[in-house]
Amino acid sequence: MSLLRSLADRDRVFDFLVPATSPVDVRHGPILYLEDVTVSFDGFKAINRLNLTIDDGELRCIIGPNGAGKTTMMDIITGKTRPDSGQVWFGSRHDLLAMNEPEIASLGIGRKFQKPTVFEALSVFENLELAMAADKRILPTLTARMSGEIRDRIEEVLVTIGLAELRARPAGILSHGQKQWLEIGMLLMQRPRLLLVDEPVAGMTEQEMARTAELLTGLAGKQSVVVVEHDMGFVRSIARQVTVLHQGSVLAEGTMDQVASDPRVVEVYLGAEDEEPA
Amino acid sequence: MQASRFWLTRPFAERSTQLFLAVLLAAMTLVTLLHVALPQGHPLHVNAYTVNLFGKYLSYALLAVAVDLVWGYLGILSLGHGAFFALGGYAMGMYLMRQIGDRGVYGHPELPDFMVFLNWDALPWYWAGFDMAWFAFLMVLLAPGALALVFGFLAFRSRVTGVYLSIITQALTFALMLAFFRNEMGFGGNNGLTDFRDILGFNLRSDQTRLGLFLASGVALALGYLLCRAIVGSKLGRVCVATRDAEARTRFLGYRVERVQLFVFVVSAMLAGVAGALYVPQVGIINPSEFSPLFSIEIVLWVALGGRATLYGAVIGAILVNYAKTVFTGVMPDAWLFALGGLFVLVTVFLPRGVAGLLAWRIRRRRRPDDDEPTGSEVSA
Repeated sequence: MSLLRSLADRDRVFDFLVPATSPVDVRHGPILYLEDVTVSFDGFKAINRLNLTIDDGELRCIIGPNGAGKTTMMDIITGKTRPDSGQVWFGSRHDLLAMNEPEIASLGIGRKFQKPTVFEALSVFENLELAMAADKRILPTLTARMSGEIRDRIEEVLVTIGLAELRARPAGILSHGQKQWLEIGMLLMQRPRLLLVDEPVAGMTEQEMARTAELLTGLAGKQSVVVVEHDMGFVRSIARQVTVLHQGSVLAEGTMDQVASDPRVVEVYLGAEDEEPA
Repeated sequence: MQASRFWLTRPFAERSTQLFLAVLLAAMTLVTLLHVALPQGHPLHVNAYTVNLFGKYLSYALLAVAVDLVWGYLGILSLGHGAFFALGGYAMGMYLMRQIGDRGVYGHPELPDFMVFLNWDALPWYWAGFDMAWFAFLMVLLAPGALALVFGFLAFRSRVTGVYLSIITQALTFALMLAFFRNEMGFGGNNGLTDFRDILGFNLRSDQTRLGLFLASGVALALGYLLCRAIVGSKLGRVCVATRDAEARTRFLGYRVERVQLFVFVVSAMLAGVAGALYVPQVGIINPSEFSPLFSIEIVLWVALGGRATLYGAVIGAILVNYAKTVFTGVMPDAWLFALGGLFVLVTVFLPRGVAGLLAWRIRRRRRPDDDEPTGSEVSA
């Protein structure tokens, strides 16, 4: 283990030699690998011996009743919460438990939070500009110039998220759904390998949900996407693979139809609604 | 958005900056002409006293720009910028004291009068070098800068922001005021430093020197304004606004928020120091009252009245309020604080974006949306 870590360290020392796009090793298939992860808060096991594997380029939906540990799982992957035991690997080379939040973010794991927080006083374009993967120290930021390449990249993302028309408007005027897309766009600017998306369609209209589904399915393949969502209709519309979490571990995994017909899943969903109202 | 140029010269392409510089230059030229070209007694003649007064306003304006940089764009409500202003002023005051030489009341060749009075027989070590202009002027930048660096490092590293930071900045300036009141500190106690004679060999009491100081204040304001515009117009400026409105989100994007805050805070403190250094020779005295917490709050009021996060609003606010102060304290000295309070209430209610907001609304010019109103952190003064 310590040997592995020292190897990882040496890898980091020679960062400038590694192609900036992706030092992540996915030759063995999975991009994210959680094994036997356990977290408890004051004795309550939020995550209990969780095993989960996400393949490179996959779009995975995670569903589960409230308190199933979905958000805690995201927190562990992004380094916000430390598990009591278990292993979390990104690709087959990077031990996420040995890294802090910024390191994990710069490795290419982007997370979209439930509540959209965009910079309301800045324009849509500028929001994307700030989110871009770049040298973020003081002086390079102060003297940064807008090159054609950067502009093209921003325009490309603007088109992907469907906000090209609104590029010069302050983000504060966007509708709820548009803010969610802008957030996804801001994640894309960082060229992530893995996108963690927390309840993307909460509070969206039908049309907005349809467009979000289109956006997320369009992203899969280029990036791996993990979506945590409550809305079953939405999950059905995008997911090929669904994982059901319950009490901190995986209850069922498979296609939406397989999962929906699993009697344990039905029971959990019906039972949980009485015990844990939001 | 033409941004493919050197960051410091970028502001020259902005309409608002061009307009600001043109107005400032025109005002400086007009005052100079009316002062020099017209004979005394002419109804339009601007006398030396007024030139001096305008010079003072311009140094206040620079101070307000410094506060607007951290408050308007970064959301740090500093209620202690008077401390940086005063430190710059003291650095200049020490230089001016050393220039008096043996012309003091006690005629000591080296020691300022108050030290002779205290029976000191040598200069304290921290007075060394202040007889040299370059050293003193460097200290004008470094003393406030160093204080801001240490203070800001500790505060921002511990993620102290919002109201707590405002309170700590008040405590900072109050503590410094108490310290500078003490005679043992070696800064003249409650009398401060005064009785200055010359600056760089020019007699401080001559009209020409006063005009020169007025012009120097104008140039300093223009340069300070340009520097601030260059910062807020850069990507770093957008990071500042992002930090102001959603600090955690900005951190999550990978920006070292505390370093951005520290950098801008130190720049702002240095600008405040320069403003203090220009202020002192024009009023002829620096004493611990400049450290008073009330003064620091007043600066914030200028900015709020002029309009936050515009920079030119801060300049307008500083000049308007101080002009009103001059008029009011002349006519009804006791009513000034009431007038200031009333003005503040009126502006908050009817002009939430200050005078600058009113101007922008009147002009209704299509502008880039980024320098629009601050949305996130509320005015908590």
